Amino acid sequence: MKDLAVLKAVAADPGNYVRQWKAETGGKVVGTFCSYAPEELILAGGALTFRVLGGSGGTSSADAHLQSYSCSLVRGALADALDGRLDFLDGAIFPHTCDSIQRLSDIWRMNAPTGFHLDVVLPVKLNTDSARQYMTQVLGNARTQIASLLGRSITDADLHRAIGVYNDIRRTMQRLYDLRSEQPGIVSGSDVHAIVRASMVMARQEFLECLTRVMAHLEGQDPGPPAGKRIFLSGGVCNLPDVYGIVQGAGGRVVADDLCTGSRGLTGRIDTAGDPIAAISERYARRAICPTKHTGIASRGEELVRLAKKERADGVIFVFLKFCDPHAFDYPYLKAMLDDAGIPSLLVELEEQNVSRGQFQTRCEAFMEML
Amino acid sequence: MSDPEKPIDPEKEKRKIKSVKRMKAIMTDYYIDAKTAQQNNKKVAWITSGGPVEPLITMDVIPVYPENHGAMIGASKMGVDLCEKAETMGYASDLCSYARADIACATVDGGPIGGLPRPDMLICCNNICGTVLKWYEVQARYFKVPLFILDTPFIHTEYTQTVHDYVRAQLDEYITFLETHCGKPFDHDRMMEVGRLSIRGQELWQQVLDTTTNRPAPMSAFDAFFHLALIVTLRGTQTVVDYYTQLLDEMKTRVAEGIAAVLDERYRLLWDNLPVWYRTRWLSEKFAEHHACLVADTYTSSWCGTLKYLDEKDFLGSMAAGYARIYINIGTDQMADMVLDMVNKYGVDGLVMHSNRSCKPYSLGQYDIQRIVREKCGIPSLVIESDMTDARNFSESQIGTRIDAFMEIIQ
Repeated sequence: MKDLAVLKAVAADPGNYVRQWKAETGGKVVGTFCSYAPEELILAGGALTFRVLGGSGGTSSADAHLQSYSCSLVRGALADALDGRLDFLDGAIFPHTCDSIQRLSDIWRMNAPTGFHLDVVLPVKLNTDSARQYMTQVLGNARTQIASLLGRSITDADLHRAIGVYNDIRRTMQRLYDLRSEQPGIVSGSDVHAIVRASMVMARQEFLECLTRVMAHLEGQDPGPPAGKRIFLSGGVCNLPDVYGIVQGAGGRVVADDLCTGSRGLTGRIDTAGDPIAAISERYARRAICPTKHTGIASRGEELVRLAKKERADGVIFVFLKFCDPHAFDYPYLKAMLDDAGIPSLLVELEEQNVSRGQFQTRCEAFMEML
Repeated sequence: MSDPEKPIDPEKEKRKIKSVKRMKAIMTDYYIDAKTAQQNNKKVAWITSGGPVEPLITMDVIPVYPENHGAMIGASKMGVDLCEKAETMGYASDLCSYARADIACATVDGGPIGGLPRPDMLICCNNICGTVLKWYEVQARYFKVPLFILDTPFIHTEYTQTVHDYVRAQLDEYITFLETHCGKPFDHDRMMEVGRLSIRGQELWQQVLDTTTNRPAPMSAFDAFFHLALIVTLRGTQTVVDYYTQLLDEMKTRVAEGIAAVLDERYRLLWDNLPVWYRTRWLSEKFAEHHACLVADTYTSSWCGTLKYLDEKDFLGSMAAGYARIYINIGTDQMADMVLDMVNKYGVDGLVMHSNRSCKPYSLGQYDIQRIVREKCGIPSLVIESDMTDARNFSESQIGTRIDAFMEIIQ
């Protein structure tokens, strides 16, 4: 269908879409780096949020700034910036996440020709009153800073409009996730991946309209063949559409995920009553967390087991980027909690620039046979 | 290399720092106290190396440092075994070697002192890295003890009032946490005294480090790596003040008598990042062969680097800035400025950077600092790829060759 094809085209060449958008609208584009980027504020400021994932070219130009033991996301993103592949950016906003992104922000600020630079240092713990208060203050400060950097004001009405768009996107994405889980034959994993990728690039109102039409189309479809083994993908950034194809080729089907480039950023509703900044902050405090954040010593494990059970997952595949410390630290306990719940799991370490497809495929096949 | 058959070299004997013996005795007593805490009805808190220890001292809680333990594991060359053990537990080999060694050690009570005493509570301050958050979560699940997280937002460019208020509020929460888990009220008067001793200890430590502005330097960074343990572990006690007073006296005497750390000191170098614990001696001798003394380092000075923010009259209040604004919790360009200051202050001829696989917040950005130092001071620099505790990441022949080549450039 046409709308899905549009989304897939954006996902295949995000830079091309953004350049065209800029030429047509004269709008501003802001690069961001994780699911804690204050996208609602950027939209309220009339700008387009572009999630930087790197990997659109080599990483060699990043070698002068980053050691080989930093992850491919960090190296790929910096290389894209230094090589001019992000020349459409008017600015970059770094939410604080891991140690590597933290230093990437400094190196970026000192070297990358991508317009203005803003650090939004959110708290690391999200489960105390003072941390939540701090988060709301930081987001409030960010509102003023972003408005000034974009050369305009951000009114409450602007914020409410932006929140409305993101709420609609997240609600519609939730429908897509529900559909994927209930009738996995209707939409392929790689299509979901393309939709998610497009959600991080496209003008959000346009994306929402496109997505709504895609959903109307999909929800009327024949359920298709049975899914095979139901697989839950767990991890951080996964920018490899191949993963879904490989899982499918091995006899499985990705029915749900908790990825940073997936359900983590695309779920949760922002309360529309009351102060908009406090409401944005509240969603961050309540939604599924990145392992760099803290809401309790076992909260991620409990959440993973709960989701895997709810999704009736036959197995969990962890997809981690090599050198991603926060995820690697959580892995042993997450695996143990899944083991205790009787849910088998497989760990796959990826380096975006250097994917060992064959090995991944073989391990996936062996895993499916075991399920 | 030392040889037991060799007769004692009086020249070498003269250069040995005599206070070492006292330091070893203090550390032994400290670990005996910590290991017997339970028998003596004392509580033990594990705390990160950059964490605020003063409230623990005030509450008579014995602070124990998994990172100091990690350094001991590294120095006693037990790091590889324990890191491998952690890897069999599912921890990736790319993770911090202190964390891997400690997580494994806790399950087997291994290492040079048969493991650390069991914690009653865990205090994690993320001013040094995000790794400690994950590490302490692991230990909180393992030991099933309460965890307090002091979240010190990263200061990329500016220490704002918003950050200050957040950290300050958490210091009060920290005190409430201690009162709850120690079952007694916090003595604010005692805290004032502990704060005063902490500041005094840090001042003395800075003065000890500053004796190396003398030529020749009476001690080297390798000595500082050893004598550092006290300012890290027992900051806020009279013991630290007394010890550094003694050490400072010894250094002053050495300066007066012209006793150098490195025989015939010709070149002065600045070290960046954590030590390579299992190779400090080899590295020290390697540089000494070239008559090069590592006169200063960015690491040991971190435990007195925020003195300017501390206030004896409002210690608790000033701790927010004192702990949030430490060397590796600030932007790479600010770190470069501090390196430039040290280059000038200590009259340094070259910069040696340990690119430490275990420590991303310290290591990522080093290449930019290297460039800035080259542009602004014109001094050469050397990057050594290694790891602080996991010896599998140390290539002696490669590093030796690189040091030799670097020293030729300096000459």
